[in-house]
Amino acid sequence: MARKVTSRRVLVSTIAAWFFGFLIFLPILWMVLTSFKTELEAFSMPPKFLLFHWTTENYATVQERSDYFHHAFNSIIIAGGSTLLALIIAIPAAWSMAFAPTKRTKDLLLWMLSTKMMPPVGVLVPIYLIFRNFGLLDSRGGLVLILCLGNLPIVIWMLFTYFKEIPKDILEAARMDGATIERELVYILTPMAIPGIASTLLLNLILAWNEAFWTLNLSTSEAAPLTVFIASYSSPEGLFWAKLSAASTLAIAPIIILGWFSQRQLVRGLTFGAVK
Amino acid sequence: MGQITLQGVRKSFGPVNIIKDANLDIVNGSFVVFVGPSGCGKTTLLRLIAGLEDVTGGQILIDGHNVVDVPPAKRGLSMVFQSYALYPHMSVRGNIAFGLKMAGLPRPEIDRKVEAAAATLNLTPYLDRKPRELSGGQRQRVAIGRAIVREPKAFLFDEPLSNLDAALRVQMRLEVTKLQKQLGTTAIYVTHDQVEAMTMADKIVVLNAGRIEQYGSPLELYERPANLFVAGFIGSPKMNLVSGETAGEPRTATLGVRPEHLKIGKDGEGWLGTVSVAEHLGSDTFLYVDAGKLGLLTVRYVGELSLKAGDRVWLVPDPARVHRFDKEGGAIRA
Repeated sequence: MARKVTSRRVLVSTIAAWFFGFLIFLPILWMVLTSFKTELEAFSMPPKFLLFHWTTENYATVQERSDYFHHAFNSIIIAGGSTLLALIIAIPAAWSMAFAPTKRTKDLLLWMLSTKMMPPVGVLVPIYLIFRNFGLLDSRGGLVLILCLGNLPIVIWMLFTYFKEIPKDILEAARMDGATIERELVYILTPMAIPGIASTLLLNLILAWNEAFWTLNLSTSEAAPLTVFIASYSSPEGLFWAKLSAASTLAIAPIIILGWFSQRQLVRGLTFGAVK
Repeated sequence: MGQITLQGVRKSFGPVNIIKDANLDIVNGSFVVFVGPSGCGKTTLLRLIAGLEDVTGGQILIDGHNVVDVPPAKRGLSMVFQSYALYPHMSVRGNIAFGLKMAGLPRPEIDRKVEAAAATLNLTPYLDRKPRELSGGQRQRVAIGRAIVREPKAFLFDEPLSNLDAALRVQMRLEVTKLQKQLGTTAIYVTHDQVEAMTMADKIVVLNAGRIEQYGSPLELYERPANLFVAGFIGSPKMNLVSGETAGEPRTATLGVRPEHLKIGKDGEGWLGTVSVAEHLGSDTFLYVDAGKLGLLTVRYVGELSLKAGDRVWLVPDPARVHRFDKEGGAIRA
């Protein structure tokens, strides 16, 4: 029997939804507002919500003091590069686990996931030393590599669940039609899994873009992405809230815009396979 | 050419033996149907021939060459799947052309062959549509088109009609049979539907629990079933099976009589029973007769018979058409 939906119920849940939505959005909103305040107003008590002296000087100062575009470029290279590299490794890996599983496939998947349960700081020293010895410190290549490795388990897991949904018959039909495994991947599996691959790509892009632990520890200036750019505004000489907010707004803007335009793809990706 | 020979083929999944020592000789150009209840291993046997599963033991020869180590792509066979397994992101043209493209044929030749296959299957108007824009019957045709365009040594059909509605199934059954005769290509067809098997096959392979029970022409199987299983499986309605002792033949374990070989006798002649259900189809009358210790017997009478539920009847089996089976279920031949 369908549940009866009364108008009061709709009203209550709408208000609740907006309330929680606003609650989640509030820190971002506050950050954007603060970025338009003067340093003095930024931590005035009681806080000012909209009635303050609006200024864009923070943005000008930020761009003057540190080169936003240099960091943004690094972010694009690091997030994009690590995502692409992860996909190149993960597509064949997920294919073999989804369509040619062995007795140990489940264990392997769990083991991969378990690496995400370890706090990264646990391996910071060895990784740092490896990076130093190989000359990878403060290099984009090094960051691409470490972020790719870090996110690889999630990418493989996501692709694995998408691939599982593709009927095995279709791949077998391709095999009967004379396709080798590589051609099967290129002509059949990848085009069929494009929605899944796209949402994996987007999610991984966002994760890599926002990744702060490795980028802060393994880069300083040359390869430093936007996370380092933000962090440079919390200095020992004191916090500059307004400038920090301006830097943060600048840093998250590209990824928010990307997320906004790919909302449908993302939601589909995150809930894919949950409901048949 | 498409001569397929199985020699001692075995397949097990872990400790479970799915196929136990299958030996079979399929003549070039013949239409062979694998039939049996679900789980009997018929699809597995087909997949072994296709190369989609590896054999545990034995040999599969295609035109005299052992192919057990040859990948499916190189066996020169094509397959039609139960789910059609069309490539959803490709047009009908792309689907049919895929195999030729993989074989590296030049573009004009691919186009020519695709057009020809589409014309044979009445698919020409749909060539640029995607599979999701087609009906079930049309999708089935595309799957068949994909199989014929490669001019394989043999077609393998895995229950291709089971997703179609009854009317379309009958029509496609005819079309598949006609097409196979016209092309003269060997075909192996898997089905659980014994009517499909009887109507389409040159030869039928009856499988049960991973074993080939009998291999022969439809009428051979119908008239001379090798054992109880085949006797019970082939024919609709099923053969009546009664215990020999109750029927007055103590040396026979089981006695089998087909419904059309039970005649209505005079009073006191044969077996006595009471009609429990009478089905009047006009062309035939089916009687389900409760014959006491003998059990429920089915009688098929050609034409109309004015009997109704509750009537007492005497049933006489045609002595020339009675099948006798021993304790192990094997047929006793006179």
